[in-house]
Amino acid sequence: MTEDEDVSTTIEPTVRVETRRQPLPPRERLERIFGIEDLDALYSGKPAIKGVTMDVYKNLVTAIIGPSGCGKSTYIRCLNRMNDLIPSFSMKGTIRYHGQDITGSAVDPVAVRRHIGMVFQRPNPFPKSIYDNVAWGLKVLGLKDSLDDRVERALTQAALWDEVKDRLKASALSLSGGQQQRLCIARAIAVEPDVVLMDEPASALDPIATAAIEQLMNDLKSEYTFVIVTHNMQQAARVADMTAFFSISRGDEGARWGELIEYDATEKIFTAPSDRRTEDYVTGRFG
Amino acid sequence: MSSHGITRADMQHVHLPRRRRVNRLMEGLAMLAALIAVGMLVIVVWSVAKRGAGAINLDLITKNPVPFSFEPVAQGLANAFVGSLVLVGLATLMALPVGILVAVYLNEFAPPSVRTFVGLALDVLNGVPAIVIGIFVFGLVVIGRGQSGWAGAFALACLMLPLVARSTMEVLALVPSSLREASLALGVARWRTTLSIVLPQTIGGVLTGTVLAVARVSGETAPLLFTSSIVGTQTSWSPFHALQSVPVAIFELSESPDPQDHARAWAAALVLLLFILFTSLAARWLATRSRRKLAASR
Amino acid sequence: MSSAELTPEATRRPFTGPRVRFGDLVLQVVAGAAAAAATVLVGLITWKVIDGAWPAITQYGVRFVTRVAWNPVVSHELYGAGSFLFGTAVTSLLALAIAAPLSIGIALYLTELAPRFLRGPVTALVETLAAIPSVVIGLWGILVLGPVLRDHVEPGLHSALGFIPLFGAPSTSGSSMFTAIIVLTIMILPIVSSISRELFLGVPSELKEGALALGTTRWEMVRGVMFPYARGGIAAALILGLGRAVGEAIAVTQVIGGGVFIHWNLFDSGDTLASKIAASYQGATSKLQVGSLIYLALILLVFSLVMNLAAQWIVRRVARRQGLGART
Repeated sequence: MTEDEDVSTTIEPTVRVETRRQPLPPRERLERIFGIEDLDALYSGKPAIKGVTMDVYKNLVTAIIGPSGCGKSTYIRCLNRMNDLIPSFSMKGTIRYHGQDITGSAVDPVAVRRHIGMVFQRPNPFPKSIYDNVAWGLKVLGLKDSLDDRVERALTQAALWDEVKDRLKASALSLSGGQQQRLCIARAIAVEPDVVLMDEPASALDPIATAAIEQLMNDLKSEYTFVIVTHNMQQAARVADMTAFFSISRGDEGARWGELIEYDATEKIFTAPSDRRTEDYVTGRFG
Repeated sequence: MSSHGITRADMQHVHLPRRRRVNRLMEGLAMLAALIAVGMLVIVVWSVAKRGAGAINLDLITKNPVPFSFEPVAQGLANAFVGSLVLVGLATLMALPVGILVAVYLNEFAPPSVRTFVGLALDVLNGVPAIVIGIFVFGLVVIGRGQSGWAGAFALACLMLPLVARSTMEVLALVPSSLREASLALGVARWRTTLSIVLPQTIGGVLTGTVLAVARVSGETAPLLFTSSIVGTQTSWSPFHALQSVPVAIFELSESPDPQDHARAWAAALVLLLFILFTSLAARWLATRSRRKLAASR
Repeated sequence: MSSAELTPEATRRPFTGPRVRFGDLVLQVVAGAAAAAATVLVGLITWKVIDGAWPAITQYGVRFVTRVAWNPVVSHELYGAGSFLFGTAVTSLLALAIAAPLSIGIALYLTELAPRFLRGPVTALVETLAAIPSVVIGLWGILVLGPVLRDHVEPGLHSALGFIPLFGAPSTSGSSMFTAIIVLTIMILPIVSSISRELFLGVPSELKEGALALGTTRWEMVRGVMFPYARGGIAAALILGLGRAVGEAIAVTQVIGGGVFIHWNLFDSGDTLASKIAASYQGATSKLQVGSLIYLALILLVFSLVMNLAAQWIVRRVARRQGLGART
């Protein structure tokens, strides 16, 4: 079967792809922001992911899905050099960001993280006031002009402004989980990154808070590029333009690592996947 | 005592009344031990309180000693109180920044092997007897140059350092790594993260540790004997010569045959004891408060 | 500024910044220097003490350690640590012998027997005992304990147990090794009991319940389960307590009376290594005397280092074993 053949009658996906999503522009019109070539990530010499090659495109939401243990979090943390914090970590391959290789010891990870922000699985606001959580990063990184406006803009974009505008001086820890996570998003986008990486941002939140965050990504992707790791297929189907499916490969002596199996427009992944393993995953036959 | 602890004989009901008696005897002995310990504490504190309270007056902290006076004359230990203030204050200023920096290095930068090694050095330092520290500073600074408040303060600082470093390390370890990650992910540098995000979280614990170290060191006599004990009777705030201190004053007065001196010793002992007890309580209160705050922020 | 405007910036701005940020380097160097200083301090102390003792080391060598003499008279100067080693050994070991069962008893009481509402306050009280400065305990020892021992306890012990050489003729001033032993006991007690208490609290309740469920009495459970489990830690606690007693200079020098002899009568005066050093602070005259005093400090330092390291080693071995036990 070729890719063009309509196979929607032959598989029953367990998720429905949102039809009100805008269709993707043709591949030639998309601007490449990340070019990942043959990436290996290793802990103490043992590979966690192997041979990942894919491009991430500007102003899209790209989802990384796959069963637990397939290295999704490891992968996304490579993109902003967060894995550098782990002593046993090492990396092979190339990650080009706007054409520049950001791997290797000659590159300053702090500068990388200026442009590529991250939101974590569990909300981790600073033990400061709501205002200071957003303002502190701005002050430290030198974006001190019209601080109040910048804070308001970030909180508005994170769909949190109306809820907190009367208590900006209150402690961030007094907010609910969903609000704290939106605060972390506001904090990340306030410093005007290019890309925002999200590592399962809604897994600790209730459905209403989750929906708020998904809506946020949709509204903001005209300004930022999002890469989101999620274990929730429905979420990927709702929110992502492109989807990358990772799975676990096994080798001898019990070695396991993650590999990129298929990467394509979300619609295609969920209705007409090319790889058998992708089909098995999205139809719920495993994982 | 059998090496297996519980023997078959223990379990047979035929011995039960005897086993019960042994048990009750042991429980009684344990309670007796506790009573003796509490009793000793009560006796010592009561002695100090009773004899000290009788001799306490404002003169104690306002007047200086008048040696070799055979008629009763208004005198006190003002120079000792001032001296202790200066010595402990300087010691804190010396030990606190170094202790915090050591803890930061061990917790944030050091590889595990360095951490165990320096940690061991800190524990060993903690175990060196105070009199040996006094001799050390004596050999280092006093020989040839003479005693001084600086020497005494440095000796006290050597005692405080392991305490401050340990308590700071404990609090640093409590700061969740998610906080560090959040700051680093923004593109903030490591040093800024440590100073602006991590350390402010530890203020409560550092304060507690410092207060405890101050309480401990205010009563130390041995390190000061060889470094800051040969003093005159005038009050002085300058650490460039030897300063009198409350513990050394009590020590000297306790060896004197004059009951007037003894009375002053009791009074000073009472003030010292009260100070130490209050600062220990304050530290404990601070500790529970900061623990509650950290728990609430989880 | 939207990310579209940022993009050309990003391609132009190089990521190849300085390999190590200046601020990071400064912080790491300064903090590392502090850590190095703390480590070096221990070595410095050892070196300085050896250096100070050098005149006596070169003069007497190792025989200093066993010689019983302390004669500062100018033409017949002769020094030795023998009597002080004896004093240290007798006072510290006997104090430990008394304090050990007391401390363990206290710890048992506080963890197993005391009613819940008493545990907190009594623990705090025992820990307060540790907070009393040694000079205050020494003051109490001279003026309160000493007379009581001299007038009541020592004569009593002498008449009852006088056939034992330990309980010879009572002291005349109240200052004696016996007083020092009592004082040291008071000082060791809080340390050993608080460590023992933590150890007993750490015994897993499944082990205790397992024994009790067999029908054993509480004492049998303690003897059969808690003591073996906590054995290593208690050994470390005892070593730490011994170290405390050996190193105590002030309270001991206030109550021990002073003297350079070896005799078995506890009611006689004597001196320990630490108390002799403290007693001589007013000034030694000759270089040899100063050197000999510091030689005493060196012996003391070696003792406390060995005991400290031994306690640490035991603690690490026990922690490792118990860490494994927790996982099974």
